[in-house]
Amino acid sequence: MALLEVDNLDVRFPLRHGEIQAVRDLSFTLERGERLGIVGESGAGKSVLGFSLVNLLAAPGRIIGGSIRFEGRELIGLPEHRWRHLRGRRIAMIFQDPRATLNPVLTIGAQMIETVRAHRRLGGRSARAMVLRTLEQVRIDDPESRLAQYPHELSGGLCQRVVIAIALLLDPDIIVADEPTTSLDVTIQADIVNLLLTLCQQRSISLILISHDLGVVNQLTHRLMIMYAGAIVEQGPTRQLLNDPQHPYTQALINALPEMTPPRQPLQQLPGAMPSLSAVPTGCAFHPRCPYRLDALGQPRQVCIDTPPDFTDVADTQVACHVVRELIATTQDSMPFDEETT
Amino acid sequence: MLTFLLKRFIQALMVVVAISVVGFLLQGALGDPIQQLLGASASDAERAALREAMGLNDPLWRQYLHFACSALQLDFGDSTFFHQPTLSILARYLPATAELIFASAVLTLLLSFPIGIYAAIRPTAALSRFFMGVSVLGISIPVFLTAIGLIQFFSIGVSVTLFPDATPWGHWLNDLLSTRGGMPAYGRGNPEHVIGVWYTNFASWKGLSYIALPALSLASVMLPLFVRLIRAEMVEILASDYVRFARAKGLTPARIYTVHALKNALLPVITLGGMQFGSLLAYTLLTETVFQWPGLGLMFLDAVERADMPLITTCLMVAGFFFVVINTLIDLTYRLLNPRIALQMEPR
Repeated sequence: MALLEVDNLDVRFPLRHGEIQAVRDLSFTLERGERLGIVGESGAGKSVLGFSLVNLLAAPGRIIGGSIRFEGRELIGLPEHRWRHLRGRRIAMIFQDPRATLNPVLTIGAQMIETVRAHRRLGGRSARAMVLRTLEQVRIDDPESRLAQYPHELSGGLCQRVVIAIALLLDPDIIVADEPTTSLDVTIQADIVNLLLTLCQQRSISLILISHDLGVVNQLTHRLMIMYAGAIVEQGPTRQLLNDPQHPYTQALINALPEMTPPRQPLQQLPGAMPSLSAVPTGCAFHPRCPYRLDALGQPRQVCIDTPPDFTDVADTQVACHVVRELIATTQDSMPFDEETT
Repeated sequence: MLTFLLKRFIQALMVVVAISVVGFLLQGALGDPIQQLLGASASDAERAALREAMGLNDPLWRQYLHFACSALQLDFGDSTFFHQPTLSILARYLPATAELIFASAVLTLLLSFPIGIYAAIRPTAALSRFFMGVSVLGISIPVFLTAIGLIQFFSIGVSVTLFPDATPWGHWLNDLLSTRGGMPAYGRGNPEHVIGVWYTNFASWKGLSYIALPALSLASVMLPLFVRLIRAEMVEILASDYVRFARAKGLTPARIYTVHALKNALLPVITLGGMQFGSLLAYTLLTETVFQWPGLGLMFLDAVERADMPLITTCLMVAGFFFVVINTLIDLTYRLLNPRIALQMEPR
């Protein structure tokens, strides 16, 4: 039994004018100690997926179908107080901007101790000891004096360490990290990535890393899911998926990396924009932008327009594409995307 | 902290000095005090003598220095109407106004926070919409009109005959919408004596019934303003990352609302409260006039009518002094609540 099993999850935001389908019929599993990356453009529904795992969707978002099982236990339909016991204790979260994540008018100590006390009946002294221990584990110097400080007195990197410490406080099974390094500068990013990696390895914590930084994902995760318009288009082992992407969208995503273009050449970009989640295209959601939407005769492929694709197994990865077999069959050099990897 | 206090003190001092200059200049602007003191039948010689004795022939700066020196010794002169030291007259009227302001402040605080927070948490609830609608009315209707309306409804009473009284439902509706009145419409009644010149309205139900309507109409401006501000702040804060993170930590809603959200929402509320204190003083003039509440506002208006310059000046000085003191206190509170301010003022 996997630690976390998500089946056919559907998340929608009913608005006055139509409905936003933020997550569409999405399934995945997460094993204990496994580190899973979720990658996609802005607006692909990555963060919504992350928040739906702890039932913290912003209004009016609602899970309207599917199942989320944690240790085999169904979470959907759980009363709010049961969710509360789960949050922070079994499933912890790390947000993007550490300065905005910490409350500006409360001390670091207050924000950490309240987390301990929300889940454990501990006296002030032992809660404090627990907090200090965790601060040391995220390699914060002089934790004692940090407790009395306010978030604005700490640097961004330090704030993110504090946020990670809060996530670690109660020894969670899963950490959902929503772009944990995006707002930090590059040198700090590396520190935070290493810290997360070490901590997850040491404690065999499962990590769900939401990011659009393929480099960070490559360093941190075992397995990778590529999301497009609220659904998974490709999933598989991170290294393999990045080195040998099968889905046209993944290929385009990787080719858009500046490193993939030789110097003095214009950067490769994927034409068009991600569809609005309130008007997801029929069939394969990617078909309007897909370089293979036309067949060899220059005719639109009707199957891509009509039918949502099922997953096709290609080696260890699963690809949601109707024509993936065809693409593999054709020789590599006839493909519009350069398949070379670095 | 000490430097901050010192700075604030100097600032406050400068404000008080500025008020005193205005007050001093006003003294000469509203009629001739000699005329007031001696009456029309006095001879020119008598006038000149008194003018000389009062130092009115000195240069202006000299007169001001004289005025400021006595003011520093809390001597603002005698009222030309009461022939008593102005401060002792003020002290007599102050408790009534203080109680009125206190009652409406308590009313505002007790009601605005629950309503504002509720409207923020349940923005679409019918009750929230009702409160928001009423609050717009409260802000838009001037205080004296609210006061007159309150008197009409709760003192005089309204009998509604809009619905056919013969039918049971019509009778019931008429009854429901009619008010019986009976609340005291003016004055303080007979407040209980506490100490010195202080009589209180808070010691008995009867006293409270006298202060209820004035306090309500005075609160009718502040309360909706606060409700709307608290709601707006809370809505914004509840959507913030740190509140979401607080949820993700597994905190209880009660803790999130009261500790995480409210503490942040308090900052602008406190600022507004300080700024509104001035208008509250102005509104007491209106409220006290409509309800004939024997406080500073009513006395001030009377003093203006009698051109009782020393009394007017003293009122201005005292009001200005309170304003400065309250605002300093508010700055201090703000500093205590907002750790980011402290850093700006004392760079490390």
